[in-house]
Amino acid sequence: MSGMEENEGGTDKVKRFMFLNRKAPYGTIYALESLEVVLIGAAFDQNVSMVFVDDGVYQLKKGQQTKDIGQKNFSPTYRALEDYDIEKLYVEQESLEARGLTADDLLVPVEVLPSAALGALMEEQDVVLSF
Amino acid sequence: MAVLHTTNKSPLQTRDLESCLRLSRSGCGILLMEDAVYGALKGTAESAKLAEAAKARKIYVLGPDLAARGFTPEHLVQGVKVVDYSGFVDLAVEYHHVQAWV
Amino acid sequence: MTAVAVKGKEMAVDEEGYLVNLADWNEDVANVMAAEDNLTLTESHWEVINFLRDYYAEYQIAPAIRVLTKAIGKKLGPEKGNSKYLYELFPYGPAKQACRYAGLPKPTGCI
Repeated sequence: MSGMEENEGGTDKVKRFMFLNRKAPYGTIYALESLEVVLIGAAFDQNVSMVFVDDGVYQLKKGQQTKDIGQKNFSPTYRALEDYDIEKLYVEQESLEARGLTADDLLVPVEVLPSAALGALMEEQDVVLSF
Repeated sequence: MAVLHTTNKSPLQTRDLESCLRLSRSGCGILLMEDAVYGALKGTAESAKLAEAAKARKIYVLGPDLAARGFTPEHLVQGVKVVDYSGFVDLAVEYHHVQAWV
Repeated sequence: MTAVAVKGKEMAVDEEGYLVNLADWNEDVANVMAAEDNLTLTESHWEVINFLRDYYAEYQIAPAIRVLTKAIGKKLGPEKGNSKYLYELFPYGPAKQACRYAGLPKPTGCI
């Protein structure tokens, strides 16, 4: 916090943005909106991470086939995040376990963290955007 | 006459399915669609409640919603049946009336 | 809604000229769109257009210019992976213009 205040008024400070994703894909628009904001925001060269908690972990489930529900399958786009220099994807261990999933069920490499570590990481952010 | 209950929210995020299971009576049908299909998966923190309810109720999931979310019938709690859209229509006709838990 | 006429067939495009239905695309669509901009597509243009179509097929997204430049450089070499080269090919903005010819939506994050 103090570091941020010292830099207040500076225009070129890179801020730490965290996108907190807690909703499953398709049932609501949150997951897709978050992804689009991340991709658009990538043009601003900030320090961006994405976190997947609760049903948000389902966004990264392998094998999504949306042809029969008439919605675009946007899950392959998570694999493009690396091209946008967004390489920090965190998944909460407790959320995965509550859903009987492991990192092997996910379509991108992620860092699995327990709640305590993730909570600490959230506190270090300048901005946390919740979806 | 038996009722077909429908629900569309993830049981790991809301309590809609839990209420549906609690208030639905034996012999009824429960159709899980959209995000509620997560409620039919085995191995989750909520699976046991559904498995228990399934002993006296018919549980269905909407196949297109299951596939969209990256799961297949083999991921389902024992006894859960997959239906497609026309199967949904058949169920709506077969049961006395449809009650949506939204 | 407007349309682009390709060999007697009308393909719907949005207000910015992007194809409404991705499935309507074929090489003639690209040639017709380019001709409307007084541009003749060369091998070099096709290299970029095909790259974009492959990228979209893989990731379901049209890449932003910065990502396109970097990715082209990785695949086709540094002499092509720079904005000068790409702007010479597509003066209206490589990502925007080439995506339009490629039948893709306007790139996400395009400024």
